[in-house]
Amino acid sequence: MVSTSFTPIASLVGGAMIGLAAVLLMWATGRIAGVSGIAARLFPPYEDREFAGRLAFVAGLVAAPVLVRLVTGSLPVQTIAAGPAVLIVGGLLTGFGSVWGSGCTSGHGVCGLSRLSVRSLVATVTFMAAGMATVFVMRHWS
Amino acid sequence: MAILVQFVIGLIFGIGLIVSGMANPAKVLNFLDVGGIPAGTWDASLAFVMGGAVAVTFIGFSRVLKLARPFFADRFYLPTRRDIDPRIVAGPAIFGIGWGLAGFCPGPALTALGFGSVSAVIFVAAMCAGMVLARFVAHLPSLTRLVTPADPLET
Repeated sequence: MVSTSFTPIASLVGGAMIGLAAVLLMWATGRIAGVSGIAARLFPPYEDREFAGRLAFVAGLVAAPVLVRLVTGSLPVQTIAAGPAVLIVGGLLTGFGSVWGSGCTSGHGVCGLSRLSVRSLVATVTFMAAGMATVFVMRHWS
Repeated sequence: MAILVQFVIGLIFGIGLIVSGMANPAKVLNFLDVGGIPAGTWDASLAFVMGGAVAVTFIGFSRVLKLARPFFADRFYLPTRRDIDPRIVAGPAIFGIGWGLAGFCPGPALTALGFGSVSAVIFVAAMCAGMVLARFVAHLPSLTRLVTPADPLET
């Protein structure tokens, strides 16, 4: 386990930027900033003509660290402790579950809670509890 | 123009993920590790990410949704479902297990690609496979009779 320091100010500022992006996307396109929905709809079947905009949004997400490195000269530490097997299983479950439940941390957690959606509250409480239970089993039951 | 704006919005979202610490799986896992509270290793930072994001979005949405229409679209596409069906619990439960295993949820995983790590590529490839599989299963004719279809507007 890698210990990390408590960063309330940076986390609050970063969170506010995530919120700003969600508000801007609603203002611009009238759609919820849910990353799982946006990413999943880059694959067929296609139900509308928003492909290019979704691809541009995802390209922005991927380009963010490149821009941060260009401007500040470095990137914050990123520690990925999981090995390939855990990454594959974790990725499959994350992709399947977020689409099956119509949303992830951004769509249900940020946008849904802000809209006072009961469905999103149920989803958010469930994935937080499942995430906490999983980490508990992985770290404290072995 | 609308495409460029969506790129910039994705960029702001991604920078927010990096600044907040969400792009670092170690930080995410230490937040989810409530069993680490007695030992003092619990990292509560991510509660502040959610707090900051929800505060701005709550205020921003209430203003934006008073507009007649979005800037680049003819109307707002908001989810309308209110019922609690099995999928709204089963999906997030499965997602939460994946999140707890690797420390990535979909947004930070995509942003992690830009850090240039092979691990992020592996995770995102598997995540996309899981997404395609979920959409495929949901569209199976035998299942559409048994399972309520997802709200297409809900993310």
